[in-house]
Amino acid sequence: MTRRRPGRDDAPDRLYTLTGGRSRSGSDAFDLVTLVVSECEPAPGMQSEHVTILRMCTRPTAVVEIAASLGLPVSIVRIMLSDLLDTGRISARHPRTARVADRLPDPDILEQVLVGLRNL
Amino acid sequence: MDSATSDRAALQATADNGLKIVVVGGFGVGKTTMVRSVSEIRPLNTEETMTRAGEAVDHLDGVQSKTSTTVAFDFGRISLDERSVLYLFGAPGQERFWFLWDRLFSGTLGAVVLVDTRRLADSWYAIDRLEHHGTPFIVACNDFGGPLHTEQQIREALDLSDDVPLVECDARDRSSSKYVLITLVEHLHALSQGNASATSAARPEITPEKTPEPTS
Ligand SMILES: Nc1nc2c(ncn2[C@@H]2O[C@H](COP(=O)(O)OP(=O)(O)OP(=O)(O)O)[C@@H](O)[C@H]2O)c(=O)[nH]1
Ligand SMILES: [Mg+2]
Repeated sequence: MTRRRPGRDDAPDRLYTLTGGRSRSGSDAFDLVTLVVSECEPAPGMQSEHVTILRMCTRPTAVVEIAASLGLPVSIVRIMLSDLLDTGRISARHPRTARVADRLPDPDILEQVLVGLRNL
Repeated sequence: MDSATSDRAALQATADNGLKIVVVGGFGVGKTTMVRSVSEIRPLNTEETMTRAGEAVDHLDGVQSKTSTTVAFDFGRISLDERSVLYLFGAPGQERFWFLWDRLFSGTLGAVVLVDTRRLADSWYAIDRLEHHGTPFIVACNDFGGPLHTEQQIREALDLSDDVPLVECDARDRSSSKYVLITLVEHLHALSQGNASATSAARPEITPEKTPEPTS
């Protein structure tokens, strides 16, 4: 599986730099709505995207919001996040409801969602 | 550069469970409008890049030589309680995008198929695909002032079975969009109760609006 052109509008070189040329392996754990939390302060010399992520995620922030804010494809952000996770600079709160094929979401979760929606 | 982050309302520190609902529908049917009317943040836009060897990419017009393709989608957010956050995704329903959703939206609670009654055929493919994948959904007809149809006419045109809820809405209206989401989650709840009735006790405080007919 080669992925030479991960983004449409970005120069491949830039995306290569951001991800160290790694492919997606290991980053699959990050769902679009996995909530990311910083575990450290940005340090001097860090990649600017990493700094931005660490600043954003002082409060829990979904992967998809990080991607929107950075203006980068989700797939690239996932790779950066797995780097940060591997080095202990962030933690990840994955969704508890990963729906397996043919299995409906847990009724308890749905009841919580209903309560939340009705209170809107 | 930081404008997108600075006006972003942060989640509570206790938030730890992200949930997903997809609003899918044809071009210009009101997906972004619906997301905006219920979201606590201005809808954000992002993109996903997909790499797939072989058939799916080959179907895309004129990109035969590329090994990846990009699709944009927008989303909004509703904080449900101190731990749960619901994300709403607006996703185009066109056939050429569907292989992306397979990955993008795995783990979705369910879907709202947004329909313009003047262009019912635009939603055939989305409905087909959701049924094929076993993703539960409801159909919401967005009111664009088109000719009136009876529920039966719409069901027939969409080949929609009676146990899929069909509602009318105005995506510009917050309470109408909220009602659509509640209808979807009540439907999901009824389905999950049906499936789990052997193991979990009935919850009297939740009265599902529609109970699906047992399939014969
Ligand atoms: N009359 C009427 N107009 C609506 C309604 N919902 C949306 N619109 C209008 O329809 C137009 C398209 O709405 P969008 O929300 O951009 O539709 P969309 O599905 O996100 O469109 P694409 O992302 O381009 O496919 C906008 O001008 C909306 O104001 C509705 O319920 N009734
Ligand atoms: Mg839109």
